[in-house]
Amino acid sequence: MSLLTQYAFLIVPIVKVAVLVLIVLTVDAYLTWIERKVVAHIQSRWGPHRVGPHGLLQPLADGVKFIFKEDPLPANVDKVAYFLAPFLALMLALTSLAVIPFGPDIAVLGHRLTFSIADVNISLLVLFSITALAVYGVALAGWASNNKYSLLGGLRSSAQMISYELALTLSVVGVLLVAGSFSLREIIEHQANGHLGLLGWNIFGFTKDGVGFTQIIGFFCFYIAAIAETNRVPFDLPEAESELVAGFHTEYASMKFAMFFIAEYTSMITISCLATILFFGGWLSPFPASWTFTHYVPSLLLIPLGLWVIFDGMRYETIFGRIVLPGVGTVLAAIGAGLIVFPVVNDAIQGVFWFLAKVFTFLFIYVWMRGTLPRFRYDQLMSFGWKFLLPVSIANVVLTSAVVLWRMH
Amino acid sequence: MVPTNYYLILSAILFGLGIVGFVFKRNVIAIFMAIELMLNAVNLAFVAFSQSFGKVDGEVFVLFVIVVAAAEATVGLGIIILTARNRRSLNVERVDLLKL
Amino acid sequence: MTGALVIFFALAALAVVGSISLIVQREPIHSALSLIVVMVALAGLYLLMGAEFVAAVQIIVYGGAIMVLFVFVIMLLNAGEEERTNFSKLATFAGIPLALAVTGFIAAAIAHSSASLPAPEPSGALTSTKTLSMLLFSDFVYPFELTSFLILVAILGAIVLAQREN
Repeated sequence: MSLLTQYAFLIVPIVKVAVLVLIVLTVDAYLTWIERKVVAHIQSRWGPHRVGPHGLLQPLADGVKFIFKEDPLPANVDKVAYFLAPFLALMLALTSLAVIPFGPDIAVLGHRLTFSIADVNISLLVLFSITALAVYGVALAGWASNNKYSLLGGLRSSAQMISYELALTLSVVGVLLVAGSFSLREIIEHQANGHLGLLGWNIFGFTKDGVGFTQIIGFFCFYIAAIAETNRVPFDLPEAESELVAGFHTEYASMKFAMFFIAEYTSMITISCLATILFFGGWLSPFPASWTFTHYVPSLLLIPLGLWVIFDGMRYETIFGRIVLPGVGTVLAAIGAGLIVFPVVNDAIQGVFWFLAKVFTFLFIYVWMRGTLPRFRYDQLMSFGWKFLLPVSIANVVLTSAVVLWRMH
Repeated sequence: MVPTNYYLILSAILFGLGIVGFVFKRNVIAIFMAIELMLNAVNLAFVAFSQSFGKVDGEVFVLFVIVVAAAEATVGLGIIILTARNRRSLNVERVDLLKL
Repeated sequence: MTGALVIFFALAALAVVGSISLIVQREPIHSALSLIVVMVALAGLYLLMGAEFVAAVQIIVYGGAIMVLFVFVIMLLNAGEEERTNFSKLATFAGIPLALAVTGFIAAAIAHSSASLPAPEPSGALTSTKTLSMLLFSDFVYPFELTSFLILVAILGAIVLAQREN
């Protein structure tokens, strides 16, 4: 027992890393399912609905395909860069999740458990460093492929990422001025206004110490720049299907392509987490702290959801669906009921529940934009980034610093 | 804690390797990278001294060195692109006459 | 052998291996990748010393912007393998030992110096960034403004150089 407590500082982070990587990879896989279903329903069709009930096993089928597909090595590629690029992209995307706080500190068995793997006091700068290095994954992939179209796609994509990185970093400076710290945990705690709940978030700006200012311009710049950073619609010209073949990952197949794929979805998750932490209060509940009955909101959402899944499953067409779906529904309803019965667990997961709810809202907005918006042409994209977004971010910094200075006196 | 001398010796080694690269490489971009290596070695010495004396003046100077390196890299690489396009070669030994 | 010493030697070894790789590699893109490794190792060393803001700036600006510029230029110029030219035998045989001798001399001078410098201690929480910024905008405000002019001049220079001759 003493050996366990002696090495606890090493074992606990390793366990957290394993849990986080498992959860994030599963969420990535089901994010592809959500994307295909939502985009399909926007386009008035069904999306995957054959593989498993409601197409829920489609990510599993995709995974099996990636494992069994041939992984070719094109001739005359630069082997170091060719193998390094997807590995670098995936490693950076997963590392950025280490500094994100998923919930407040809770007390478990007498010890404090933090919901982040590494609670450093420059966590925001660490995230920006990782975003800055992410350009190499794309640039090296384009270069290594010994293919004119890949090279062009890689160069365009990395130029786009560099341009929007400036606007991304500057749009967050307003939040830093208001919160006074680089630590993501302290930024969230700064937005905790007990009386006003929702209004204390940085997007509204009525923080407890009165030094807040609404960061709505900052959020607008941040979210647009972040979509350009992750190469998603409407900024996905470098990797769109009808342009430049497939851009920088043309020559990658099977496992290496899967690494780029996972890296892209993981960076989507990271950006959504960052948007909720910086502008929407992270794991803070939107209700004032005095309304303790709102602690039952998770159960109030889970139990009807579980019952609906059960009823939907009972009338499903395949036998497999009629067994699996009610099972899933029962599990969800049981979790919801368990939260009411065990208030200790309920209090512990409040923060995580609100955080996940907000992150999934942002992910849904990402997917919604994919189904709805057309994509920018490359010169429109670059002029938007440099001539509109950058000046607006700088103006936000100036405005926020003026207001903060005025309010501090 | 790690003694300051260790950081200074490492800085000297990196600086020496930068000089070796600067003198012996033929590709003009590689020469430029050796210069950046030398600048980094100097940055390391600055930060080591700054932390050992407890003042942050050294770190402020490191920020200035990084900014100057950025400006120099911008203009230098522009010049390299133009020269390489004119001479169709990146070998620094081909650019040894004053006239083009 | 404390933990800090182990980390120092690991990062120092990484930096030295990266710089040797920078010199030895024939393709400029591999040299660029080695230099990025050196910069990340140095950022780790800055973190070890407690200079967290400088470490972050090193990765964001040096590793994420300047080196990207290098990589772009290498890709644009399609810089291939370096030519093997042997113009001077003296340089090859006497040069490297001489350079290493100079380095060794400096290193030995530092190692044997009797001036006892206090060891770098990682300073507490945010004092580093806060004092850094307070110093930057009070004592060093003129150099700060001058560097902004310098960047402006560099941008203008790059634009002028990049224009095609009409």
